[in-house]
Amino acid sequence: MTTKLETLPTPEKKSGGAGKPTNRKPRVRESRGTLAFSRAQRGKSLMKHGILILAGGLMIYPLLWMVVSSLRPNDLIFREPGLWLNSLEMSNYTSGWSALTHPFGHYMINSAIVVIGSILGNLVSCSMAAYAFARLQFTAKKLFFGIMLLTIMLPFHVVIVPQYILFSQIGWVNTFWPLIVPKLLATDAFFVFLMVQFIRGIPKELDEAARIDGAGHPRIFLRVILPLMVPALATTTIFTFIWTWNDFFGALIYLTDPDMFTVPVALRAFVDSQSATSWGSLFAMSIVSLLPVFLVFLFGQRFLIKGIATTGIK
Amino acid sequence: MSAISELSSLSRRKGKATAEEKKANRRDNKAAYIFLLPWLVGLVAITIGPMLMSLYLSFTDYNLLQPPEWTGLDNFTRMLSDARLHNSLRVTFTYVLVGVPLQLAVALLIALVLDKGLRGLPFYRSVFYLPSLLGGSVAVAILWKQIFGTTGLVNQVLAMFGIQGPGWISDPSTALGSIILLHVWTFGAPMIIFLAGLRQIPNMYYEAARVDGATTLQQFWRITMPMLSPIIFFNLVLQIIGSFQSFTQAFIVSGGNGGPSDSTMFFTLYLYQKGFGQFDMGYASAMAWVLLLIIGVFTAINFIASKYWVFYDD
Repeated sequence: MTTKLETLPTPEKKSGGAGKPTNRKPRVRESRGTLAFSRAQRGKSLMKHGILILAGGLMIYPLLWMVVSSLRPNDLIFREPGLWLNSLEMSNYTSGWSALTHPFGHYMINSAIVVIGSILGNLVSCSMAAYAFARLQFTAKKLFFGIMLLTIMLPFHVVIVPQYILFSQIGWVNTFWPLIVPKLLATDAFFVFLMVQFIRGIPKELDEAARIDGAGHPRIFLRVILPLMVPALATTTIFTFIWTWNDFFGALIYLTDPDMFTVPVALRAFVDSQSATSWGSLFAMSIVSLLPVFLVFLFGQRFLIKGIATTGIK
Repeated sequence: MSAISELSSLSRRKGKATAEEKKANRRDNKAAYIFLLPWLVGLVAITIGPMLMSLYLSFTDYNLLQPPEWTGLDNFTRMLSDARLHNSLRVTFTYVLVGVPLQLAVALLIALVLDKGLRGLPFYRSVFYLPSLLGGSVAVAILWKQIFGTTGLVNQVLAMFGIQGPGWISDPSTALGSIILLHVWTFGAPMIIFLAGLRQIPNMYYEAARVDGATTLQQFWRITMPMLSPIIFFNLVLQIIGSFQSFTQAFIVSGGNGGPSDSTMFFTLYLYQKGFGQFDMGYASAMAWVLLLIIGVFTAINFIASKYWVFYDD
């Protein structure tokens, strides 16, 4: 709809990235820009890159410095702000790994259990709810849909005290259940919303065709909708992974036995026990804890950015 | 469409059935409620039930061991004279009212620079986005604790210029500032939402403005800002709701006590101490409802104010 008027050469061409959910603009006008691409504009764009590199460098510097510092002897952390490495010190990693009651891998396995449980829970429960909201007509649908949207914005703290009482009465404190069961019950309403949005984009004719072939709702859901909503499921998986892996508050409340610690509470115990004596090993384990998130970021970026852009997840 | 616009459109269409709904007036209640079952159970058992329970508890004295004892408005009157609670409100308001606008301003600024068809956009976007994925983790909070410590990275860099910096997080006047900075550092997620929004503004508006001789600044205020205002509003609402619930960073940076001298005692941190440190569950529940009320009031103010500055193009 915007191309008719574009006869003027415009240096501000919009390069198509993955961030745009509906990228329908034809890309025919880029070559004509050279006419107006004067020296001044080149200078401007150079300056822009300069600013961005400076700002980006500033943003990332603390992280890079933490990585480098974890490979340094401990005392250098307080004296060396640069990124130069004279030697590769792995001792921070070996000492950090075994600094707590259990080797750090133990906490990573605990975290992995919670994460996998949460992902499975979210995938199953949220997709079911989303199918109902997006495709079925039922009594009080609007009311429930409104409630669902409201729960997205509900502060966690309002329910945490009674939830704690409830779970402690059934003896679930120091188990992973309080962290996983809510996900099995679709309490991460954000993902329900994300999936509703996605299912609405799937042509209804596909459902109709399946219905004419005699398929019921379970069959349409499993055979038609689910295979088509894999991108939404991927986004859900990735976000659930990152949020659950980083989740501190829930673990802090429900997991007090060091046997059951997930990575964030284990790190916190590490900070408390070390109090500034061995920042090197503390940094080393922090990096180990960030590594899975970083890997997911590297490989799942496309889904992350699309998910944020379309639903505005934090 | 975002969850917020969805909600407001739900309330706007009240009563009037859409054409689609009239056509498909067959209902599949049974199938729908089966699909919704996990979500419904979660809604009752994990969300609404605990909410009502905490409302009840807020009028009681309850320590988990003895049964709750009805004390009427006692908890709320206690709050009126609880100086630490007033301080925690001040800290939280400062954090929200400074951190959120600052973060959104940076996000918008970078998004504007990035939007203008820059080469290497995906790379820059990744660099700016990464911190917002890691920012909620304990590991980054640990890093922050080091960076802004007395012998931390910031002071090491300052020392290179001969400046002796203070212990940023051990000084009550700067501790909160360093946590606000951590919040600003995670501007990547709103930036992505802004980028997506900027892509939706038809290029022809800018072209028409240029033909009429509008300056870049005029184009920004007369085209970009009005067209982007719903997205700014959306980010503002979400970030305010989220920031009121911030917990992990203040907890880790202050070592769990909200120090130095309560300067990083967030409302949520105080709630945690009351509920899970002293097991004063009645008081903690009352605090949770005050938090819900505050968030509700802020959101309502946001919605009312939005009538004067948010521009809807429909």
